Amino acid sequence: MKTITVDRVMADQRAASFTKRSIKTSAKDAGLRLAVAMTDLTTLEGKDSAEKVRSLCAKAIHPEPKDPTIPAVAAICVYPQLVQTAKRALAGSKVHVASVATGFPSGQYPLKVRLDDTKRAVEAGADEIDMVISRGLFLSGQRGKVFDEIAATKEACGSAHLKVILETGELETYDLVRAASDLAIAAGLTEYDFIKTSTGKVQPAATMGVTLVMLEAVRDHYLRTGVKIGVKPAGGIRTAKQALHYLVMVKETLGDDWLTPELFRFGASSLLNDVLMQLGKLRAGGKQYLASYDVTEA
Amino acid sequence: MTDHENIEPKATIGDLSHETVDEPIAETTRRERSVRKHELNFGDAWDYAPAPESVKVNIDASYGHFINGEFTKVGGGGGGKSFATINPANEQKLAEVALGTAKDVDRAVAAASAALPKWRKLPAKERGKFLFRLARRIQERARELAVLETLDGGKPIKESRDVDIPLVAQHFFYNAGWADKLQYAFPGLGAGGAEPVGVCAQIIPWNFPLLMAAWKIAPALACGNTVVLKPAETTPLTALRLAEICAEIDLPPGVVNIVTGDGSTGAALAAHSGIHKLAFTGSTEVGKKLAKLAAERGDGLRLTLELGGKSPNIIFEDASIDQAIEGIIQGIYFNQGHVCCAGSRLFVQEGIASDVVERLRIRMQSLRVGDPMDKNTDVGAINSKGQLQKIEDYLRIGEEEGAELFRANGRALPDKGYFCAPSFFTGVQQSHRIAQEEIFGPVLAVQTFRTPEEALSRANNTPYGLAAGVWTDKGSKVFEIATKLKAGVIWCNTYNQFDAASPFGGFKESGFGREGGMQGLRAYVRL
Repeated sequence: MKTITVDRVMADQRAASFTKRSIKTSAKDAGLRLAVAMTDLTTLEGKDSAEKVRSLCAKAIHPEPKDPTIPAVAAICVYPQLVQTAKRALAGSKVHVASVATGFPSGQYPLKVRLDDTKRAVEAGADEIDMVISRGLFLSGQRGKVFDEIAATKEACGSAHLKVILETGELETYDLVRAASDLAIAAGLTEYDFIKTSTGKVQPAATMGVTLVMLEAVRDHYLRTGVKIGVKPAGGIRTAKQALHYLVMVKETLGDDWLTPELFRFGASSLLNDVLMQLGKLRAGGKQYLASYDVTEA
Repeated sequence: MTDHENIEPKATIGDLSHETVDEPIAETTRRERSVRKHELNFGDAWDYAPAPESVKVNIDASYGHFINGEFTKVGGGGGGKSFATINPANEQKLAEVALGTAKDVDRAVAAASAALPKWRKLPAKERGKFLFRLARRIQERARELAVLETLDGGKPIKESRDVDIPLVAQHFFYNAGWADKLQYAFPGLGAGGAEPVGVCAQIIPWNFPLLMAAWKIAPALACGNTVVLKPAETTPLTALRLAEICAEIDLPPGVVNIVTGDGSTGAALAAHSGIHKLAFTGSTEVGKKLAKLAAERGDGLRLTLELGGKSPNIIFEDASIDQAIEGIIQGIYFNQGHVCCAGSRLFVQEGIASDVVERLRIRMQSLRVGDPMDKNTDVGAINSKGQLQKIEDYLRIGEEEGAELFRANGRALPDKGYFCAPSFFTGVQQSHRIAQEEIFGPVLAVQTFRTPEEALSRANNTPYGLAAGVWTDKGSKVFEIATKLKAGVIWCNTYNQFDAASPFGGFKESGFGREGGMQGLRAYVRL
């Protein structure tokens, strides 16, 4: 595989150019609805409870009870322990259950433990598995081992879709983000599997620049093979405006086909709240004052 | 493409095949296009709604010249001819503007001469204050100026808002800072210090109307000179708005004078015996005439010329390709290619040529061409009907010469106004006119090379020498190539970056003298 270099200055400049697009009125409404449908509503805290997950699931199916035209989110993203709870709460809906696995977030466990973690989550009913790569192996140059581990995890997923978290905040350079993207994709990802920026536990998490580099890797893979891989920025995307910037970047880098929850997701906990607020404002013609409250908690 | 589904692509992105090296690039790309299986789909699944700039600006029905701190009357009892300035995006008239005669020029030069003694004697820090005031007022009225620039010139509001006007303010701020520090710009001077040159005649083009005015006026004033500026015929409105601002901040009358008009007005100004310095930005053809005129005057008229270009943008195979693509786009489609330093000749190392062309083709599908006042427009209107005609002539010439033309065809161009889809030619030979002559439009000539020496000799093989771009991930190659390129400005792994602190100017037929930076002050002082 050819090693592809990425120049940070120009990549950042390009990423910033997407934030200059002016998304108003009907485009804003459509974009925000798409953002809702692309959200992996996430809770990944040590104190997560079954009750919190059930409440999140209700929100996932009907994000805005006042407006039934607003679509359900793409998935609920939880720790393996809570997969069954989520699965039951989402029964009958189209919302997927995504589970982090492979010793999330550090991945600092023996491969066998990580694979067992994955299998249990799948057996508990997870439709999607968010794995972490071993950054230690990758940064120490043992990329072949990382390749093998991703391939083994893919196998352990069975029919569940796999999302490979690169933890770009620990890779630091765009060259490495690109190399890790290419490696993950080559390790056996199939159509509608994902590469994902971050665990959300490391700063910086998702940025426009990093996500652009990953979108470009996905684009090149598609042009070469015709296989469509998804991209999921996670962590740090909190506002509706940011979400629209990302959607512009997807549209102008990968085209219309990627404007679907099957191929682009936002990993976020507080984003949905702001998107719904903005949709509420649009619905009210921008004239009505809306008190700010956390709809995901409500 | 379904009928070709069983055929494997020969060379694809990220998987660079060398079996194509013996074919001209046009052949290669043609063949690949016919066998490519997987196309990205840049349609209108989520189309951006129109996002028109909402700021409205007042434009008077007519404008006179700005001489000695006042606007002259147009038409009226005093007579005088005028001409219309139009919006190139819809061909509608914006205002009637006075056509400067030799008499008008004479009055303006007289005003500048009269203002000179007091202005040059003003304590330098006071001159600086006026420039700071200008800069601040430009910032305050930035949105209005941006809208006016876009209306009169056709450039996208995104560019006038984010590039032109901020740079205009920066040039005034930057030069304001120099006004009382000239002894540090020119160290070793005696007690007299740096003396102003005198009355400066400045003739500017239509591609960056207000920015070119700032490039010229700011250093001249900082050094204690007075100015007579002639804006381009098609884009006088922002310069006239700048005149308003000069009056608004109480700049002493006569320090800045603006005479609008066409080539005849510029000729009268250049020939005027009362000027001490002539600065011109524009075509090489006119620049040569002015150089001849300056020589014939025999009075030591100082001259700086910033002329045309056919700048090479060189992409080596170890470059970061996606970023180089951005550089190509920025180099040739920025401001519809109406950029004297546009990267209009692309040299791509042969091994990656088909890959680069393919990626460029894909990238161009998301360029938005259309209404310059829409905030999402990337490529606006061609500045004038005449310029559009010239560009279209070159598109025809290129095809007649045997090059293969690609035109971005994402969306239909507006019915009214002067628009040109971004285009590039492959299969271009050095002897082709499209590889030699400045088109000044969104038209790129793509050529290939095999070795760095070949790239250098072909890049330098031009009468021009304004700018160049080098793209490689290897630092040593950057420095080696950059030192051997004969160009005034060389960008490495970027293109079309401007800053008030950075000097700008050319070699050979691209002119002489530098504008911007500390070096830009040199033309405006006697040491």
